[in-house]
Amino acid sequence: MLAFIIRRLAQSLFVMFFVALVAFSMFNYVGDPVHQMVGIETSFKEREALREHLGLNDPAPVQFMRFIGHAVQGEFGLSYQHKRPVAGLFKERLPATLELSFVAALLALVVGVPMGVYTGLNRHGFLSKLFMTFSLIGISLPTFLIGILLIFIFAVILGWLPSFGRGEVITMGAWTTGLLTKSGLKALIMPSITLGLFQLTLIMRLVRSEMLEVLRTDYIKFARARGLSNRAVNFGHALKNTLVPVITITGLQIGSIIAFAIITETVFQWPGMGLMFLQAIHNVDIPIMSAYLLLVAFFFVVINLIVDLLYYVVDPRLRIDLGKANGHG
Amino acid sequence: MHILRHVGWVKRSKTYQILMNGEFRFATPTLHLNTETCLSMLKIENLTIRFDTRYGPLTAVDNVTFEVRPGEVFGLVGESGAGKSLTGQAIIGLLDPPGYIAGGQISLEGVRIDNLAYNHLRALRGRKIGMIFQDPLTSLNPLYTIGKQLTETILTHTSVTTAEAQQQAIALLTDVGIPGAAERINQYPHQFSGGMRQRVVIALALCANPQLVIADEPTTALDVSIQAQILSLLKQMCREHGAAVILITHDMGVISQVAQRVAVMYSGRLVEIGDVRQIVKHPKHPYARGLMGSIPSLHHQVDQLTQIDGAMPRLTDIPPGCAFHPRCPECFDLCREKRPVLKKIANSHIACWLYAQEAHHAG
Amino acid sequence: MWWIRACGSIWERLTVMGDSAHPTEGLSLRKGWRIAGTLKRLTDSDIFYSFYHSPVTVIAVFVTLLMIGSALTAPWIAPHNPFDLASLDLMDSHIPPAWEDDGDKRYLLGTDDQGRDVLSTILYGSRISLMVGFLSVIFSMVLGVSLGIISGYAGGLADVLIMRIAEIQISFPAILIALLVDGVLRTLIPNAHSERLAVIVLVFSIGISGWVQYARTVRSSTMVEKNKEYVQAARVIGIHPVLIMTRHILPNVMGPVLVIATIHLAVAIITEATLSFLGVGVPPTQPSLGTLIRIGNDFLFSGEWWITIFPSAALAILVLAVNLLGDWLRDALNPKLR
Repeated sequence: MLAFIIRRLAQSLFVMFFVALVAFSMFNYVGDPVHQMVGIETSFKEREALREHLGLNDPAPVQFMRFIGHAVQGEFGLSYQHKRPVAGLFKERLPATLELSFVAALLALVVGVPMGVYTGLNRHGFLSKLFMTFSLIGISLPTFLIGILLIFIFAVILGWLPSFGRGEVITMGAWTTGLLTKSGLKALIMPSITLGLFQLTLIMRLVRSEMLEVLRTDYIKFARARGLSNRAVNFGHALKNTLVPVITITGLQIGSIIAFAIITETVFQWPGMGLMFLQAIHNVDIPIMSAYLLLVAFFFVVINLIVDLLYYVVDPRLRIDLGKANGHG
Repeated sequence: MHILRHVGWVKRSKTYQILMNGEFRFATPTLHLNTETCLSMLKIENLTIRFDTRYGPLTAVDNVTFEVRPGEVFGLVGESGAGKSLTGQAIIGLLDPPGYIAGGQISLEGVRIDNLAYNHLRALRGRKIGMIFQDPLTSLNPLYTIGKQLTETILTHTSVTTAEAQQQAIALLTDVGIPGAAERINQYPHQFSGGMRQRVVIALALCANPQLVIADEPTTALDVSIQAQILSLLKQMCREHGAAVILITHDMGVISQVAQRVAVMYSGRLVEIGDVRQIVKHPKHPYARGLMGSIPSLHHQVDQLTQIDGAMPRLTDIPPGCAFHPRCPECFDLCREKRPVLKKIANSHIACWLYAQEAHHAG
Repeated sequence: MWWIRACGSIWERLTVMGDSAHPTEGLSLRKGWRIAGTLKRLTDSDIFYSFYHSPVTVIAVFVTLLMIGSALTAPWIAPHNPFDLASLDLMDSHIPPAWEDDGDKRYLLGTDDQGRDVLSTILYGSRISLMVGFLSVIFSMVLGVSLGIISGYAGGLADVLIMRIAEIQISFPAILIALLVDGVLRTLIPNAHSERLAVIVLVFSIGISGWVQYARTVRSSTMVEKNKEYVQAARVIGIHPVLIMTRHILPNVMGPVLVIATIHLAVAIITEATLSFLGVGVPPTQPSLGTLIRIGNDFLFSGEWWITIFPSAALAILVLAVNLLGDWLRDALNPKLR
């Protein structure tokens, strides 16, 4: 158990290191940080002094170590565009993105898994075919298009829901939440559906195909041959076996929700990190870009770790040291 | 319980009710005893299994009729594709679509079971008919302990407490020769070797005391050294539990070791059925003779094992007449034109024109 | 699809004649028979059967071909040239579709804010979308397949290195990688906003975000092929490893690659549209479907829905058709699902 976790942690650290290297290279070599910070009238000498002061003349490894040191403390320098510390900007916008992603992920899981199980079990049913058609459309519509369609129907034509922003938010310490006000909840409906729909269809199709795969196996046939009830076979034996791959992919999908939030936030002008990142790309605001990259990578690594642990709980083959198996013919 | 075996044709609806509850123990003594069904507990009549394909229906099992007597080991032999596994799956009602029963009937203890509603049939599975699959490595759910899988099955079919089921499970595991059953019951399938797993599978198939066990190639996936152990275990366990066995295999050697009666299948049809000693020593049908000739013997020195030339026809092009005629060394005109039916000759039934004449003369 | 079957039976008759009646005909004729035989086998194969028995797939193929065809021939079939600035008239801007009250017969699907015919911009736009989509898929495929073969065939350090990078990359969504690569390239290349460069940058970013799946699939099938006798034999007689990889292994691992490529084409078109919608794709002077939707989105609230809804529909139909095609291809080539 411990060895497994340590190995996973080491892998995560390796990924973070690699991403940090990419972020650092962006930070240092894409564009000239000094050029971005000062006005045109600054003399060459002053620039050189600033360069020396920022440590940009040090050897690359030294700079990289310094970059990592700062990153660990949450320091990513000043945003070129906002002229403010990047960390503060992220802190303001993190709650909006996390709330949106959480609701979207919940939606995708709570609706997607049962739909997948249903279509897997009743392969030829009318409702299954309807779900499958719906899922194919869900996969074929780009996220931003779903957002536009929803806005067109529910905001422009019907006028039921707001088309942009977070609505009224309540500040609780460092966190701002839109989940406690009516307008906040109303504002959340369309963005979370937009963000969750693609993941929902993916999860549904995945659960379905895994379910079909598992239902073909010998042990399911044997379970039926032992006279177990359909319920026990389908939900006890089959569903649990589909969980193993489903957890992995779902974990990855939920991670990617945070990244897909970029698109949804742009469509709905949602004041989160994704919107800020996109604006940073437009304005070549490298500190924000590299900080965003590191932050998203961090989320991914954490989610992956959780997935691995869940995996471990579900599948006994990982849990027990194979060396202890002592069967003999 | 034994009385129930004879209730046979008595009021269907009532019998179903009994099946549904899973309570077989109380049988009303007022029921008629049907002496005819005493000899056979499983009766298969004119069973036909088809697959619908885009080329039209393919007949994979064609008009198969046989019966299994209480407590006996009945062998079902043939090459792969002869339809023997399908027959087994049809008995327990687990034919994979697109395969379906196109005709004939299957009766267990005189009650038709091939047309039962799903839940009634399910109550029979495990309780009255057990099944053992070929590959023990894939027959057990990897995510549950073997104890969980055993108790779950016991609890499905009998009304005992969880603790009692646990006790039964441990006893059963000890019976099938798993040392330290009390500890190993909490282990997962991957912690057992192939042979051990097949022992667990046998325990699972027998845990609700079925009267019939269908063993579909139970030793094919195992090491040769373990095969004999598992076979004798299977035979012994079934004898102790009073269960009849349908042993499906392509291995005539296995059959000659354990079976009392044997049916030989070719291209979905029965070609010969009878006493195992009769068929092993004096096979009559040319195909059965070919099968026998392919077994190496310790006692008689043979220069060369005989083999049957050619291969079994595909389901799409089964020849007219006797399906075996293109490969048959003794084939004559009639074989090409007309399909032979099973005829009783001495102690066995044979579907071959060679013997039809003799039967005719004798009769 | 009676006619396909009819053709099949005619071919069959021809082939029978070719095989038995005239066995010593001239070479060219016999070649004809052979083609007939191949066709017959094709029309008789399971894939073909599942094709003409799936009306949805037939429609999908038809729609895909129609969209590709109209995109290719846009300069000839489009009613207007939306990029000929001289022909544009601001007086013609914001005209609704022809069937609406204020519609104009000349503009079937209406015009946008600059007086460009929406139908024509869609035709020209799908040209860009499809071009970027195809080029990115080809780029991904070439990169992924070569890295996959090298990784699987060479093993060792190259394998570890390639697969580690793949592992890291696959844990990030392709769109994020495309966005980042695109953002960085724009900063590095001064003229990245010029039309031709923008397309190249876009193809590169989308292509680089999609190679992993190809590489993984090809690697695993290469590792299977590597140990087969024909490769061993080729190695024993001293054929150069590069030749073994390209001539012998490559053709045998391409089956699944085609399925991935079809599904990837849909993803690439979506990614391009998304990037263009976010304003980091192709420039508005040479708009793709995504750019058109972005432009039209601003007018959605003023009730001029046609400027964005028609390009959206075109994009959705195109992607749906390609997805259906990919789905069917995957099922048809996967015998387990039949």
